Amino acid sequence: MNEPPAAGQGPATEPRPAEPGPAVTEPPPAAPEPAAPVSATSLAAGSPPRARQPLTGRAIIQAITEGSPAVITILAIFIALIVGALLIVLSDPVVLRAWASFSYAPGTALSDTWNSISSAYSALFEGAIFSPGTIGAAFHGGSIAAIFYPLSLTAFEATPLILTGLSVAVAFRAGMFNIGAAGQWVGGALVATWLGVGLHLPIVIHAIVCVIGAFIGGAIVGWIVGELKARTGAHEVILTIMLNYVMYNLLSYLLSRQSLLQAPHQTNLVAPNIASSAALPHVGGPPPQVGVGFLIALAAAAGVWWLLSRSTLGFQFRTVGASPSAARSAGMRVERVWVLAFLLAGGLAGLSAATIVQGQSQPLTFNSYGTYGFDGITVALLGRARPLGVVLAGLLFGALNGGGTLMEAATGVPSDVVDVIKGLIVLFVAAPPLIRLLFRLRRGGGPEAVAAKGWTP
Amino acid sequence: MTALTAPVRVAVGVNRRYLAAGTFAVLGVADIVLFGSFAHPGDAVFALSLPGATPHVPSIRVPAATACYVFGAISIGLAVLRATTELSRRLKRLTIAVVLLCFLLSLLCWAAAGNSLPLNVVDLLQGTMTASIPLILGALAGCMCERSGVINIAIEGQLLFGAFTGAAVASALGVTWLGLIGGSLAGGLLGLILAMFAISFLVDQIILGVVLNVLAAGLTGYLYDRIMQPYASTFNAGNTFGTIKIPVLGNIPIIGPVFFDSNILLYITYALIILVQVGLFSTRWGLRVRAVGEHPTAADTVGIRVQWTRYRNVILGGMIAGIGGVYLTVGAVGFFNKDISSGFGYIALAAMIFGRWTPLGSVAAALLFGFSTQLSAALGILSVPVPSFILLMVPYVATIIAVAGLVGRVRPPAADGRPYVKA
Repeated sequence: MNEPPAAGQGPATEPRPAEPGPAVTEPPPAAPEPAAPVSATSLAAGSPPRARQPLTGRAIIQAITEGSPAVITILAIFIALIVGALLIVLSDPVVLRAWASFSYAPGTALSDTWNSISSAYSALFEGAIFSPGTIGAAFHGGSIAAIFYPLSLTAFEATPLILTGLSVAVAFRAGMFNIGAAGQWVGGALVATWLGVGLHLPIVIHAIVCVIGAFIGGAIVGWIVGELKARTGAHEVILTIMLNYVMYNLLSYLLSRQSLLQAPHQTNLVAPNIASSAALPHVGGPPPQVGVGFLIALAAAAGVWWLLSRSTLGFQFRTVGASPSAARSAGMRVERVWVLAFLLAGGLAGLSAATIVQGQSQPLTFNSYGTYGFDGITVALLGRARPLGVVLAGLLFGALNGGGTLMEAATGVPSDVVDVIKGLIVLFVAAPPLIRLLFRLRRGGGPEAVAAKGWTP
Repeated sequence: MTALTAPVRVAVGVNRRYLAAGTFAVLGVADIVLFGSFAHPGDAVFALSLPGATPHVPSIRVPAATACYVFGAISIGLAVLRATTELSRRLKRLTIAVVLLCFLLSLLCWAAAGNSLPLNVVDLLQGTMTASIPLILGALAGCMCERSGVINIAIEGQLLFGAFTGAAVASALGVTWLGLIGGSLAGGLLGLILAMFAISFLVDQIILGVVLNVLAAGLTGYLYDRIMQPYASTFNAGNTFGTIKIPVLGNIPIIGPVFFDSNILLYITYALIILVQVGLFSTRWGLRVRAVGEHPTAADTVGIRVQWTRYRNVILGGMIAGIGGVYLTVGAVGFFNKDISSGFGYIALAAMIFGRWTPLGSVAAALLFGFSTQLSAALGILSVPVPSFILLMVPYVATIIAVAGLVGRVRPPAADGRPYVKA
């Protein structure tokens, strides 16, 4: 098509990874930059490809001392957990009382502090990864499946976050900021519920129809944004914020009418349960279930990776994201890219809704959209707007969400502390210079991971 | 470098002149068909004073349908004018204002017609002023930051943190004034963090803003559950500012109750609007700030301290947003609740972009938004045959139409969001 010559030689001239590099969060190889301005963002354009070395001991040490992205991420999680621990301790009345009498009983103060932190964090860990007790129980006639229950919960929590994260990431790569995943989520949820309640189809087909419907529902909401931006030049940040509220109210309206989407004999704003034929099945039987929704999320991530890194359209996305004027000079239709990027972003947010609406037993309510849309922004940011990164970030946040619920139930520490930890992780990951300063790491030869970006790329 | 950072001219699909004219015409037809022909027979009554007010102003009666037809005709006339002749910039803005006003008045006539209860205009406008306070202050905070070249998406977090600290301090110390100061400082603290990471650690400012919002929501939510709620009598007692009526001005009919009979935060808002507008556009200080926001290299060359200017402006902006947050608790309901800012910060952000990064434009956009929110509430009371949830959409849809149909592309300060690294 109408594409600059750089496109063809993109993947070919690039240093290919000989074997998995030391960095797990390393992004998939990106095509070389088109004529990008110096100030263009790394989020939109991708950091320049870095030559990878074979995994030797020296390379590992170098990666640690120079603060490779993986090391930075691990250190960021570490600092965030320490700050979280401080927050837990400083707001624990038992600990504070113990410290007030520190001079009489210093041991009590220290042990109370330790108990407060360790009980909260071990509950967080047991809720997210695994609980040592279940292994012992399995030897004494307990269920082996119970060992994997926390992990399946993590996958379950991560599913919608991965999909909304991909939604935000796709828009980022095309140089736009999608705050509207929440509204697009509602669009998808409405269509999925409507089809799931209204249609009578055989078991597998019904679920597939609903998932496709959810994608289309979200895509329509996204398309409105892209089309308005392309045709009138209106700023997508305003449009998405406003459309979120429009969609919230539309959802409430549709759920308030018996003739529309309200469950029969209900006065609450709640939809009927979708038909069982439309539900997304769980793989692997109870209770460690990995929902089909999780597989959809992984497939979507793979699809987005292929689109962004291997397809002509993805190349156009990234070029427009790096510099619309350069893309226009190269003959790309920038407006069309904006529309398509938002269409896809909306569709992905719609899929996120499908995994919730069809994946769990509760019907749609007026506040089902929760915080999926806004969490998607942090997931995309932590994942550096790359599909693999988004999946890993989604899993991390899913683990924190799942663990946070158990932590609140077991120790009474409010699960909001998990939000603080999540925010701090993203903050520190985005600020490698700060981590280097704190841990006295040397500055590596590679470019800084994050550059800044303005309202207009 | 300049060629690369110059704003990209976007070839807009539709000619803006016809787009605006088309929007005018659609609104005019809506006046006639939607409101005029569906209006109840009879007069629309507008009350111009609050119930029981001493200088009583007589209510106005208008024949509803006729009024709608007239307003529609004016709008369509302006659409034709706009499509056929090239107007000066000032006249263009005037036509937009007139058409929007016509649409609004038709809407009000339609809603009020045939109602036993008159539509109280003073009440509506008074509500608009108070509902707009957090939006105005948030948008002003955005202007302060972004005019110096730092993107501030963290307005939401600054409002929330200001609201939390304001309520906690006012309640714990029993002095509302200290709550105001505390809330403002809390907003300023978030501003300081924003400035530090954006200016010194070169973090992407959009990431940063979103993260600070998450942090503020998490931190206030955590502390609310852990401390504020269990010890509510100490930390969330619900202290509020009293109403202050300005001696002479407050007695003027209509204008008095709307503008000069509220709590201290409205007056602080007036002062801040003037300070920010005059400061940014009529003083040497403002010229320097804008220079830093447009072309930091040039500003540095002539001896302006770029990083210091940005730090100062971001922190001041945070303090302004913090005051907006104080309004939400100490200025209005008194109590703090989780997520009490409920997206106001994002709406303020939209208002700032809508107002083209100017203080007065942002204030106008914030007022428009506050007004349409109040209007949808007022229409709900008037038993208008439209479901309440659809009415609640009105402010947002109105903003989308205004942004897409009338404003279009906006240009941020040239260096907005780009950290300055001395070469």
